[in-house]
Amino acid sequence: MFAYCADPASLEGLQWLSCYLTTGTHMLFYASFGTVLLLLAITAPCALALGFAGALASRSRFLPLRWFGKIYTSMVRGVPDIIFFLFVPIALDQAFEWTRHQFLCDSDAPVRQGNDFIVCAAAKLPLSTSPAWVHDLYGIFLAVIAFSVVFGAFAANVLYGAMRAVPRAQLETAEAYGMTQRQVARRILIPQMWTYALPGLSNLWMILLKATPLLFLLGVEDIVYWARELGGAKTSAFAYPHPDWRLYYFLAILVFYLLMTWISERVLTRVTRRLSAGQATMAGEALRKGAAA
Amino acid sequence: MKKLMFAAAALALTAGMGLSQTVRIGTEGAYPPYNFINDSGEVDGFERELGDELCTRAELTCTWVKNDWDSIIPNLVSGNYDAVMAGMAINEERQRVITFSDAYIPPASSAYVALSEDVDVENGVVAAQTGTIQASHVAETAATLIEFASPDETIAAVRNGEADAVLADKDFLVPHVTDSNGELVWIGEDIYLDDGIAVGLRQSDGPLKEKFDAAIAAMKEDGSLNELISKWFGENARHFE
Repeated sequence: MFAYCADPASLEGLQWLSCYLTTGTHMLFYASFGTVLLLLAITAPCALALGFAGALASRSRFLPLRWFGKIYTSMVRGVPDIIFFLFVPIALDQAFEWTRHQFLCDSDAPVRQGNDFIVCAAAKLPLSTSPAWVHDLYGIFLAVIAFSVVFGAFAANVLYGAMRAVPRAQLETAEAYGMTQRQVARRILIPQMWTYALPGLSNLWMILLKATPLLFLLGVEDIVYWARELGGAKTSAFAYPHPDWRLYYFLAILVFYLLMTWISERVLTRVTRRLSAGQATMAGEALRKGAAA
Repeated sequence: MKKLMFAAAALALTAGMGLSQTVRIGTEGAYPPYNFINDSGEVDGFERELGDELCTRAELTCTWVKNDWDSIIPNLVSGNYDAVMAGMAINEERQRVITFSDAYIPPASSAYVALSEDVDVENGVVAAQTGTIQASHVAETAATLIEFASPDETIAAVRNGEADAVLADKDFLVPHVTDSNGELVWIGEDIYLDDGIAVGLRQSDGPLKEKFDAAIAAMKEDGSLNELISKWFGENARHFE
């Protein structure tokens, strides 16, 4: 980074530190914060959408759809995340490659040979010759799907519960006005359920925030991976040898997580306030009285 | 999500065909001096240098992939990379799932390291990395095994007193013991647990195994493999005869 960093062994104090903190690996560490934020930004809406679909399916009056919704939520919630993360991305990747194999390859060799899963070179996803960033992007893509499916199942349960928590009187009034079931759902049920869903959803968001270390199982390096890697004791084989510094790295990550939690808390408080307005809940009542006073 | 899906679809459609063989080599990147991530963020170490040399000799284009140790074999058989060079020792359990090339490091000696010499490794608490031959060895003794996800943590466990001793590959332990200024000491004799360290390959990948075997044989023949071993593990490490 800096010109004086050419010979790390001769450096001392702050100069050494400034060189140490700007090595290539540290740059990758800083970039991984971006990876985590990107993943969160994509996963959260996807999981919410899946959860919404799952909750609606669980409430459906069409039996197979209801079964589907129930099976999805109870199955995914019952499987430990780490097993899910070892299984789903690999299964998904194999499904994609198998499909491509059917179209792009003209060999008759079976795809499954003993333990091995073999597709021809042209059907690989991404191709072996693709640059590293394509592989990384693909890894993130699989990670987003896996995270969305897992957290979608939890969100589905939260939303399902929230939909049931909306006071029956509200829905009955809507029905008395002559609204159809669909109108009741769209105009009364869904706008009102968010205030009941929010505490559960905010829990999920906090858990998702801290679930990113699972990423490395998919080969995507997140902040915890780099903290462990960079903080581990470095012998004199490295340019910047140091003892076990993981404590300091994890402290830095702690600050990051606390900051994220703090921001989330603030945002969620505002959202709660907005959603409570005009609701038949205690929070809504308090808002109404506050405005009148 | 949509954008990513488009990106993936676009990749799927535009991907070229009939390319020269690129071999992706998976490694852990956390096991110096076998493999580690150097200060510029690249895979480095004995296996990096050896792997690149093997690829040159076998006329393959090779790229390196980092992968967590826990999922390193599932990802190999699933075809996400084609070979594993991660200090992986040949043993029976692994041979049921994957195949190995000829060994590029002779049967490895493992050793116990502790903070003092009077530690009882047969009955004490011993740290080892999860899923290694050392871990299975400790499990067979009367000692209490505590497993860690990465080799670094096993050493840290001994230093902070969580474990009485660590059992690991001797080559991995040597720099730690040398750098510790006498704090860490060797316990007992070296033990041999495996049949050497080799390239892990899919069982169906016969042609690739032949290429690696030929290149390794050639490097043993002209002594360049022994030179590499000396360079990374010191003159006292085990060499091929």
